[in-house]
Amino acid sequence: MMLNLAPNIADPDDFYAELVNSQRNLDEEQALRMNARLILLLANHIGDRTVLTEAIARARAAG
Amino acid sequence: MTNHIYPKFGYLRSKEQADGVVKRHPIVVIGAGPIGLTAALDFAARGQPVVVLDDNDTVSIGSRAVCYAKRPLEIWDRLDCASPMVDRGVSWKVGKVFFHDQLSYQFDLLPESDHQWPAMINLQQYHLEEILVAKCRANPLIDLRWKHRLISLKQPADHATLAVETPDGIFTMEAEWVIACDGANSDTRKMVGAEFTGQFFQDRFLIADVAMKADFPTERWFWFDPPFHPGQSVLLHRQADNIWRIDFQLGWEADPDAERQPERVIPRIRAMLGEDAQFSLEWVSIYQFACRRIDNFRQGRVLFAGDAAHQVSPFGARGANTGVQDIDNLAWKLAMVLRGEAPEALLDSYHEERAYAADDNILNSTRATDFITPKTKVSRYFRDAVLELAQHHGFARPLVNSGRLSVPTPYATSALNTPDEDFAIGEMRPGTNAADAPISVAGKPSWFLHCLGDGFTVVTFGKATDKTGIAIGPLAAKIIRVGRDIEDPSGLLAARYGASPGTTYLFRPDQYVAARWSGFDETKIIEAMLRATGQDSARHPAGQKELAA
Ligand SMILES: Cc1cc2nc3c(=O)[nH]c(=O)nc-3n(C[C@H](O)[C@H](O)[C@H](O)COP(=O)(O)OP(=O)(O)OC[C@H]3O[C@@H](n4cnc5c(N)ncnc54)[C@H](O)[C@@H]3O)c2cc1C
Repeated sequence: MMLNLAPNIADPDDFYAELVNSQRNLDEEQALRMNARLILLLANHIGDRTVLTEAIARARAAG
Repeated sequence: MTNHIYPKFGYLRSKEQADGVVKRHPIVVIGAGPIGLTAALDFAARGQPVVVLDDNDTVSIGSRAVCYAKRPLEIWDRLDCASPMVDRGVSWKVGKVFFHDQLSYQFDLLPESDHQWPAMINLQQYHLEEILVAKCRANPLIDLRWKHRLISLKQPADHATLAVETPDGIFTMEAEWVIACDGANSDTRKMVGAEFTGQFFQDRFLIADVAMKADFPTERWFWFDPPFHPGQSVLLHRQADNIWRIDFQLGWEADPDAERQPERVIPRIRAMLGEDAQFSLEWVSIYQFACRRIDNFRQGRVLFAGDAAHQVSPFGARGANTGVQDIDNLAWKLAMVLRGEAPEALLDSYHEERAYAADDNILNSTRATDFITPKTKVSRYFRDAVLELAQHHGFARPLVNSGRLSVPTPYATSALNTPDEDFAIGEMRPGTNAADAPISVAGKPSWFLHCLGDGFTVVTFGKATDKTGIAIGPLAAKIIRVGRDIEDPSGLLAARYGASPGTTYLFRPDQYVAARWSGFDETKIIEAMLRATGQDSARHPAGQKELAA
């Protein structure tokens, strides 16, 4: 499987707001810790190692 | 501090030093640690006389190796020393990992029954070495020389020249082959100018051996961030004689001299065990760990093994465990070269196979250490996230890494393997160490591994041959037929080897699978034996003659 880079989230604005709002009352450390948990949860859901590798590489390159 | 009485083995002036004659020995081992002693026993088991030099005259002092895994026990059993180790030590197989005060992950190293040896034993390194020294002393082929320090080594064309210092001064010896087992700070390595590179971890650990009566189960317990030692990790192991090993992670800023003082150590242990705990300190050290390996295990006529060749952090107990496997790999090869049964090039496969294993051990040990000591703030957040999630969700538990305990590395890519051609049933691929199984011989229960290890062995299921051996030039293998020479009453042997009638395996003298086939074919067996001894069968004159005949 390849990393899906086409739009795939049904209600993008709603998703984005949910993500940002979920960290509204967190300080930076708490937010980074939450991000770490979120990445692990999502990574496990994806599972596919080639997809994960591609996602890590893309995320890193964009930075 | 310690109550243990360390033996003194005593210095003896050798005849060659007294006579002032330079003697050439086939094999000289430098260092009588667990690896050098195992080397001596394995060379002797393969008929080679061996001299061992050690700069000291006792066993390993203080807190070092504790855990020995199943594969080294199988090797030590081949050398007839596993039983006293298992009897003296404590056997275990379950590990538990706690986060704060809650269990977050648990593993079982040997969930399957019907194996002769336990998954792991714990035994103080000094007890282990005493058992090995006693075995060496009882062997007429082994000449153990204490208070003999190697001070220089040169390699003229066909041998090595060693300058050795003893209480009687310096003398010269020659060796056809030198086995360097002189530990992580190997002098021999410096003498040959080999590289030893890798990574040091920015952390310190307090390693305490504590005498106490305690009712912890015989399991490996590891805590991340426990209430009694906040922010750091702790590891607990039971050893023989009611001695317990406790490792406290201290962090990079800790002052090693202050931290080893009993007035600092005792409160840490009290916090862990409770105010009323009765215990006494046996030994305390502060360690910084590293993972490094030598560039090439073979430097001309000098072959490196054990910590002299590779060093790992102890999370995973891969140090001595893998060093013993270096010797298992080397001894049969060098013995065959010395007997003229295999070309010297076979020794290059020692580097190929064992450097591959060392890299695997270093990878595993480095990953565990990076989990225990995250390098950056954000990697610590990931680590903590794994531990938090593991408390509630199964998916995160396999990510918890407090050390992946020593298992043999299959030589998956070795040039000595004959690749599978027509079948690939089960896990016993070429390059894998043989799985044990209960069998019976002449109606008496025994173990499969006892049939392997003297030389090459062909094991065939069914009735494909009546022969009991196969030979090509100086190479020979015995043939074991399941149903004729051994019985498989439980069917576990066939199950573990994916066998049906005709299935045939060729095992190397170190009990590794060299090749396997669905039928018995002498030509193929001979080709595989030549290949497993570093010989190109197409160009091997003996091979061509016999195969043509
Ligand atoms: C805290 C700790 C915990 C560990 N836990 C485990 C574990 O649970 N399981 C495990 O498998 N491993 C463990 N290890 C690793 C294990 O202790 C080593 O891998 C093992 O001791 C290596 O054995 P060796 O024979 O290669 O070297 P060493 O044990 O270091 O022996 C080298 C010998 O060479 C001699 N020598 C040195 N220089 C010379 C010279 N110039 N001339 C002659 N002789 C010389 C020395 O006196 C010594 O006797 C642990 C290590 C530490 C520090």
